[in-house]
Amino acid sequence: MPDGAQPVLDVRGLKTVFKIRGGEVHAVNDVSFDLKPGELLGVVGESGSGKSVTMMSLLGLLPTPPADVRGGTVMFDGQDLLKVDAETLRATRGGKIGFVFQDPMTSLNPVYNVGMQIMEPLRKHMGMSKRAAAVRAKELLELVGIPDADQRLKDYPHQFSGGMRQRVMIAIALACDPKVLIADEPTTALDVTIQAQILELMKDLQDRLGMAVIWITHDLGVVAGIADRVVVMYGGQIVEQAPTRELFKNPQHPYTRALLKTVPRVTGTRDDRLEIIEGQPPILGAQPTACPFRDRCDVALDRCARENPPRYDVGNGHDAACFFDARTGGPRDV
Amino acid sequence: MFDGPKTTKLVEVDNLKMHFPIHTGLFRRHTGDVKAVDGVSFDIFEGETLGLVGESGCGKSTCGRAVLRLYDITDGSILIDGEEIGDVPQKDLRTKRPTMQMVFQDPQASLNPRMTVQAIIQEPLDEHTSMSKAEKRDKVLDLMDQVGLNRKFAQRYPHAFSGGQRQRIGIARALALNPKFIVCDEPIAALDVSIQAQVVNLLEDLQKEFGLTYLFISHDLSMVRHIATRVAVMYLGKIVELAPREALYADPLHPYTKALLSAVPEPDPDLHDTMDRTILTGDVPSPSNPPKGCNFCTRCPAVMDICHQQDPEYREVLPGRFVACHHYANVTTEAASAAASEASDTQSLSNTNTKTN
Repeated sequence: MPDGAQPVLDVRGLKTVFKIRGGEVHAVNDVSFDLKPGELLGVVGESGSGKSVTMMSLLGLLPTPPADVRGGTVMFDGQDLLKVDAETLRATRGGKIGFVFQDPMTSLNPVYNVGMQIMEPLRKHMGMSKRAAAVRAKELLELVGIPDADQRLKDYPHQFSGGMRQRVMIAIALACDPKVLIADEPTTALDVTIQAQILELMKDLQDRLGMAVIWITHDLGVVAGIADRVVVMYGGQIVEQAPTRELFKNPQHPYTRALLKTVPRVTGTRDDRLEIIEGQPPILGAQPTACPFRDRCDVALDRCARENPPRYDVGNGHDAACFFDARTGGPRDV
Repeated sequence: MFDGPKTTKLVEVDNLKMHFPIHTGLFRRHTGDVKAVDGVSFDIFEGETLGLVGESGCGKSTCGRAVLRLYDITDGSILIDGEEIGDVPQKDLRTKRPTMQMVFQDPQASLNPRMTVQAIIQEPLDEHTSMSKAEKRDKVLDLMDQVGLNRKFAQRYPHAFSGGQRQRIGIARALALNPKFIVCDEPIAALDVSIQAQVVNLLEDLQKEFGLTYLFISHDLSMVRHIATRVAVMYLGKIVELAPREALYADPLHPYTKALLSAVPEPDPDLHDTMDRTILTGDVPSPSNPPKGCNFCTRCPAVMDICHQQDPEYREVLPGRFVACHHYANVTTEAASAAASEASDTQSLSNTNTKTN
């Protein structure tokens, strides 16, 4: 990961609101992050934390209405993806930015064979002939480790197992040599032994192809294994951001610290009692005017109910959105 | 008999088989079987939690449901609290249901959306007791207190509750008849991590309070390590290894258990980088057409010739440790217990096995 390099993707102040009957849901609030070339960025959060909606918003994949991307900029390739016309956006999606979804069962079309589905982006985005696309499709299947690629191209999705289907999805996402690959919980629907295979494949592909990857997950273990840098989301906001090692060694936000403690492990010491985070995640009914984690936080200050903390830089490329300073054990001096 | 609570067997399962027939063709001829559970034996001691882990499709949920006789089993015997229920007809099982209950995976699907919480938790009482209306209402409110639900919400419907709270409703319903034995089928799989710990702690508290015995079915190896007393690992319809928790996680014997444990992502980057990983190739074979010999022979990193021919016997190789693997064919319980004093012997056994990996 070359430090200080120009980011390939730069998201600033993204805000997405859903209009529902009788109100609004503020799913993404002022989210800013960047993605450097060749970097694997892990995005961690629970369901409803806004991690998927963030990625869908920046690619214009949300149906409008009910979704409304209210503000922010998404700079990619010298353009703001929130401002470009539909044609450019369509060329970017699936072309320069690949996407792998969570559920390989529902994201492949059951009535087309796998070959057709891999060739589709090649023909649409790269203008390849049918023959050239077929050759490339075979290469792609081999790249993602599907044996007997020639034959398998003619098979339909139901003839593949879950892990193999997810490999097909990755092949489709990689078809046009994307600069950025966004993977939304790609291993959540898979078993651990198959998940291990896919993670291994992904690391290998990233090394060989040198693309930047955003990996969305709720599993801190997955992130620890593959990410260079991690963004933690809670209640529609980024609450902490740091290089992976730094985050796990030195978590700053109370949510991250609680999350690391609440997950049991298969190695190391076993506690008789699991640490718990009391309460429920917030309902994002309005523009937040306070810290979204304050009701469940064990170090909440009076100030947390009045102001939403900005992200404070704590050094080593690490920032946390919290008025409490974990290093000094007292309120932040600002 | 007096050395602790682990002496009375509450559940004894012997050679349990649950096959589902496959019918094909115009005349729906019986052409094969999905051998979801294929000869499983285990005991559960009173007051303990037996964890049952495995990947999707290995038959762990079917096994849990079969133990409660939610299916008519193909073969085998099930003793619960000393009573054989394996061959009892469904209508006679009704009277036995109060001792054995179940908590289901999906709290969304297992609660009737048109019933209030009060009605849901009360339903088992309606069926099995002759309590008065007032008694039932009080019992339901007590149960709600016990699982940490606010009793003010008794007249609300399931949709008004979050996933974690819905799972609490399911647990309260399972507790209503004061059961001895509860099968928890992936009770936390549908919940967020921060909520999982709340539900697991609740299950542990209830176990202590009421002396419950659990069969805890899960694919989450780290959560099972936390909650279970002993752990059984299933692969393709069979138990490949059963051992006390500490022994299983510290020194797994079966190659599948080893691979499964090493595939769990480790949330510590340092450990993650230094860990020795076994990444299995390929997928799980179909349970309708399992391979000849050992079920794991198609993916096993330590496969031998004999594995392709003979199904390994599932037996106790060390005190309390059951394994079905040819690598342990020559280890006898007597020899092992003799060697147990020199613990190094066990060590070398697992070392030889690692080398073959």
